[in-house]
Amino acid sequence: MAYEIAVLTTMSIAILFALSLNVITGFCGQVSLGHAAFYGIGAYTAALLTKAGTPLALALLPAAALAGAAGFVVGMASLRVRHDFLAITTMGVTFLFVGIVRKQEALGGEVGISGIPSVAFGRPGLLALALVCTILFVLLAVRIRRSWMGFAYESVADDEDTARVLGIDVPRYKLWAFVIGTAGAGVAGGLYAHHIRFIWPDSFGFVESVTVLAMVIVGGIGSIWGVVLAAGVLSVLPLWLQFVDDYKLLVYGALIFLTMRLAPDGIAGLARRLAARLTR
Amino acid sequence: MRGASSIAMLFLDLTIQGLVQGAIYALIALGLTLVYGLLRILHVVHAALFTMGGYAGVVVTNATGSLALALVVAMAVVGATGVGIYRFAYKPLLDKPPLVALMASIGLFIVAEEAFRLIFGAYGLSFTDPPLQTHVEILPGIFLSHARIAVVGLAVVIIGLLAWLSASTRTGISWRATVSDPPVAASFGVDVEKVRYLNFFIGSALAAVAGTMVALLNNLVEPTMGAVPAYKALAIIVLGGLGSARGALAASLALGVIESFGTIYLGDVLDRDAIAFAFLILVLMLRPQGLLARG
Repeated sequence: MAYEIAVLTTMSIAILFALSLNVITGFCGQVSLGHAAFYGIGAYTAALLTKAGTPLALALLPAAALAGAAGFVVGMASLRVRHDFLAITTMGVTFLFVGIVRKQEALGGEVGISGIPSVAFGRPGLLALALVCTILFVLLAVRIRRSWMGFAYESVADDEDTARVLGIDVPRYKLWAFVIGTAGAGVAGGLYAHHIRFIWPDSFGFVESVTVLAMVIVGGIGSIWGVVLAAGVLSVLPLWLQFVDDYKLLVYGALIFLTMRLAPDGIAGLARRLAARLTR
Repeated sequence: MRGASSIAMLFLDLTIQGLVQGAIYALIALGLTLVYGLLRILHVVHAALFTMGGYAGVVVTNATGSLALALVVAMAVVGATGVGIYRFAYKPLLDKPPLVALMASIGLFIVAEEAFRLIFGAYGLSFTDPPLQTHVEILPGIFLSHARIAVVGLAVVIIGLLAWLSASTRTGISWRATVSDPPVAASFGVDVEKVRYLNFFIGSALAAVAGTMVALLNNLVEPTMGAVPAYKALAIIVLGGLGSARGALAASLALGVIESFGTIYLGDVLDRDAIAFAFLILVLMLRPQGLLARG
């Protein structure tokens, strides 16, 4: 049972993390190669707070707030630079985060933070908390999608300049996308820290940023259920690939490449095409 | 008096070390910016080609004892691989959104790094008899190894050659025409496809030179050696104004020097790699179009 609970927790955290990026990259069309930095901010905040005695459920709030505040700042950058420039800037954010944390003794420096306390009711308690957060975020994402905000996002993702001409307050919507997305990543990070119970700078580097972007893209950029499915599968794929242990990353990289090469609109796109063929 | 002169020496030494590092960045970043200028693709696998160049350099030098031969082989093999990547990975994706090519590139990069690890082992390779390791005094009190001098010399020669090629030959002119407007270039009889192949060959060969040179400086090649220079090279081409070769060159040298000073004066707050990106973000916030590009 313990194993199943751990696997489900991993999946749930990954889904929350990927969905949070999906708000920024999927809904609003702003490529971010630095999402792991916000995951890291949440993880460090929550870990330091629970080590000081705060219950995790409470510690997740400042984790979300701090990550969201950092997201706001990076969002400001997205108003300045676009497309490829933005991709590289956000990539820089990851390196900056790791580079700063590494040098801070208060944050454990190179060694990281270990001995993060277990949460109330142990592993099942953490799973329950993770599921609640993930389900809340899915509901939020669905709500955004159906609201005027979701409509505005689609127009920004499609063609920013036209959106602006149509009177949509592009900067405001972009900033909101960054704040919501990064706050979600902060919560996911806080959960992750208490799942693994050990964090160090390398847990939040560029590879993690790319991994989560891969989940969004394999799922189908912008599709909620596609991303849920892809994040769920890809997060536990390394476990299933144990039999090819040494080739794990090789398979992962090949999977990303082949998805891009053969089905660039992801699982959601494949399903759409399949449905279109069946109903014709 | 003595204190002042030793500080001046330190500054001079840091500047020279920075310029050597900058020359290597330039060799990597030029290939990257050429690809970007032509295809608008952030070519992350470029880093794998750099690593491949390092391996080719070490393997051939160890087998034949000739570094010059190793450089030529590395350039040829890696150049051909670069052309293959364009043909089989990027070409089919040219009409897709740019994010698709970027992710495909990242996927390929992960595959390549793993392939190097599986083929050559996780701990890397070294030269059995590392060439050019003796030091000479280039200025009073400042010593440089022959390897470092060779890096700078090669970079100057290669970049000068490229500048001449693009400015005064027919190939160079059709190259620049294709960069600025492919359809118009094609209508003037330029074989756009051929230009792209040539572009990938040259850009990748440059990365191979950089790889061999880094292998020489560290006397080590390892599977992950491409990762950090690759991301930095991306930062460099953005700094220089995407697609601008001149900007990339200036940004490479500037970054090399800034890093070498930064590790001394900012080392307590930021690590070396973060300095590059802090600089990048700072510049982009002030000049979103890059250092040299016209706004």
